[in-house]
Amino acid sequence: MTNEEIKEYIPSIAPNAILDETGEWLNITIEPSELKSFATALKEGKLQMNYLFCVTCVDWKTHLTMVYHLSATTHRQSIVVKANVNREAPEIETLSGLWKTANFLEREVFEMFGVNFLNHPDLRKLILEDDFKGYPLRKDFEDPINMIKL
Amino acid sequence: MYNQTEVIKDTSELGAEGELIINMGPQHPATHGVLHLVVTLNGETIKKIEPHLGYIHRSIEKMCESLTYRQFIYVTSRMDYLSSHINNLGCALLVEKGMQIEVPERAKYVRVILSELTRIASHELWLGAMAMDLGAFTPFFYAFREREMITDIMEETCGARLTMNYIVPGGLMYDIHPDFQKKVKAFITQFKAKVTEYEDLVTNNIIFQSRTKGVGVLTAEDAISFGCTGPVARASGVSCDIRKLYPYDVYDKVEFDEVIETAGDSFARYMVRVKEMNQSIRIIEQLIDTIPEGDFVGKTKNVLKLPKGEFYTRVETARGEFGIYVVSEGGTTPHRIKFRSPGFSNLSALNHMAAGSKIGDLMATMGTLDLVIPDIDR
Amino acid sequence: MFSLEGITSTIQDWLFFKFNPTLALAIECVIVILLAIALFAALGLILVLMERKVAARIQIRLGPNRVGPGGIFQTAADTLKLIMKEGLTPDKADKFLFNLAPFIVMMVAMLLLAPIAFAKNFQIWDINIGVLYISAISSLSVIGILMAGWASNNKYSLLGAMRSGAQIVSYELSAGFAVLTIVVLTGSLQISEIVAAQQNGWWIFKGHIPAIIAFVLYIIAVTAETNRAPFDLAEAESELTAGFHTEYSGMKFALFFLAEYINIFIVCAIGATLFLGGWMPLHIGNWQGFNHIMDFIPSSIWFMGKTFFLIFLIMWFRWTFPRLRVDQLLNLEWKYLLPISLFNLLLVAVIAILGWHF
Repeated sequence: MTNEEIKEYIPSIAPNAILDETGEWLNITIEPSELKSFATALKEGKLQMNYLFCVTCVDWKTHLTMVYHLSATTHRQSIVVKANVNREAPEIETLSGLWKTANFLEREVFEMFGVNFLNHPDLRKLILEDDFKGYPLRKDFEDPINMIKL
Repeated sequence: MYNQTEVIKDTSELGAEGELIINMGPQHPATHGVLHLVVTLNGETIKKIEPHLGYIHRSIEKMCESLTYRQFIYVTSRMDYLSSHINNLGCALLVEKGMQIEVPERAKYVRVILSELTRIASHELWLGAMAMDLGAFTPFFYAFREREMITDIMEETCGARLTMNYIVPGGLMYDIHPDFQKKVKAFITQFKAKVTEYEDLVTNNIIFQSRTKGVGVLTAEDAISFGCTGPVARASGVSCDIRKLYPYDVYDKVEFDEVIETAGDSFARYMVRVKEMNQSIRIIEQLIDTIPEGDFVGKTKNVLKLPKGEFYTRVETARGEFGIYVVSEGGTTPHRIKFRSPGFSNLSALNHMAAGSKIGDLMATMGTLDLVIPDIDR
Repeated sequence: MFSLEGITSTIQDWLFFKFNPTLALAIECVIVILLAIALFAALGLILVLMERKVAARIQIRLGPNRVGPGGIFQTAADTLKLIMKEGLTPDKADKFLFNLAPFIVMMVAMLLLAPIAFAKNFQIWDINIGVLYISAISSLSVIGILMAGWASNNKYSLLGAMRSGAQIVSYELSAGFAVLTIVVLTGSLQISEIVAAQQNGWWIFKGHIPAIIAFVLYIIAVTAETNRAPFDLAEAESELTAGFHTEYSGMKFALFFLAEYINIFIVCAIGATLFLGGWMPLHIGNWQGFNHIMDFIPSSIWFMGKTFFLIFLIMWFRWTFPRLRVDQLLNLEWKYLLPISLFNLLLVAVIAILGWHF
């Protein structure tokens, strides 16, 4: 399986996906509503993307972008799946049913960015205190006591 | 983390008939740091383990957003402090990849030797700590005897024993100590002579084997699904050594075997790490005599600016795949940085591995996961 | 020649000459109590230091070496520190039981001292059911440990105490059977007679292989009974922080600590008495000359030498082996040690009836 084959294969499972090849790996941007079905197709279909090694979120001030780094232990090609969610009430389907590691990684994103993962089995704060207000890794997070402005 | 009333509320929610909930940590002899596990017990049998993190969370990712590409390397030494060289190397590789900086051969050789020495030192500490979790105190001192030699080498070369900060984008901060090669060779001789003592004390001990064999089994499928990497995944038969799959620096020039066991239990994880130490020695032996002369740092600009875009590098630390994801807007500081730490994913498998076993098994499982809490919390 | 027997009989004669018999007996009791307490203090200091030195030797380090020459006053300094410390009692603990528990454990250890023969004719109480007395009293220490674990109101303590209970009750069986083999061979429960029966050779040499098996079983069982590694599940610090004595501090903790070492001393003394001849010097059959030379070494030195050898053996175990898991511990007893000791007892009975031993 080469990168070219992946590129040709992707539109067949997600016709609306936007492909971007400028980076090191293939970037696929997808609608949040399609994420779950797309991810299922990636994992169970021809590509066998069984290894989710990084889940994170990027705050672009206008919107949040969920970033999933996927790879396969068979052909070792990596791809990046992205989904833009709105910043006021971010919501996206959980992938913890497909990759068990997503459980913890999504909990971290939940408390740091405030993204609400639908159907997550155990969506609670993992690192921060239970009564912590705000989402620390967002760009507009202010903490006058503990943060030093340079 | 919780105030008093919430703890009680939590207990009443979870504690069904005949269940006992104990808080292991954040101050507990076996958690090696401030890991907090809420363990639900039925007698001696574990029903559920819930990790609570954050006791040593320093928000390194947020901090890095206001640090330059020269500065943020030093923060990574404080994450997985037992493989600080390898973390630093990962960051240096990322900046070098983003800016296409040429690294001199000499620096590449030294970096790999130091990475492998770090790996041995980390595994030595793990060996001692894990044996101590199982109630054997003596191996700890034997393991530290050899580790001490490595930290002495590090101290002489880098000026530090734990958080080295020796690797910079483009090469090394300064040249190696003149005695470096001699000392490393002395260490190799000593290590080879003494490694049999671990076999006698730990590996061949019948109690140790009965405590670890068949305990905390993780199948290959689960290992991949939980995102486990490093010795944890390799003990389950998953090939995941970044040094083999995506070689960096001079790993493509040296010969070594990726250690793979198939049992997936605590003993297999133990064996993987012990054998890995021998492989690391093999790598160092191939490189130590052939360190080329020349510059130790490549030509770099004073102010580093990564081009606009996204970068991801991964290196193999002692605990597994360490990934750095940087989103750059073209400035001197990253827009967003994410550290994919191996311990975080390995920890997520703990409940799956230890539920249903005895409290004593939890120690064997947790010990062989080799958790470093600052690496998990970041 | 110097002998403890001479000193005791001189004192006794003098007392009975000076006072009426009742008063003399009372004074003797006081002297014995004082001696026992002094022995306890001395043993505590010596054994803790010995343990630390043995551990250091095994772990390629020096051990205590600052307080006094070679660190010999280290334990005295530690004791001073423990006395100065505040004895905390947790708020929600059962205060009466919590404070009673360390004393019960200590008292049991003290009671066990009575029938031990420290030297020739130097024994507090030569009771005719000595072995039975020892087995009966040593079972009581589990009550103290359970009490400590329950009264602390701490989950770790409770788990540790429960483990300890299961462990001591199980291993008592093996220890008891191992002791019974010697009783069968000797035909007496009295300590002095058991020692006297080893006049022409220790039981471990005379009793063929069954006696050696019984000795090994005994050492394993008593290591477990005294909660020492590799059977220290009751205080497995990597699992239960400190087990049943998690909540204890200061002198109350010191009593548990001391009782542990006294118990080791006592079980080793009993082991030495039963298998290695107690104070009896090394005698080989009819070798008159050899036996005579051996008799020149005082009997108290023989006894202490044997006891401390066994203590060293148990310390050696602790610093070499990892800890067993709780189910493995119970499996070892009920599936292996108990059947072996039952069979061994049968074998010994046959040997004793047919008179095959020397």
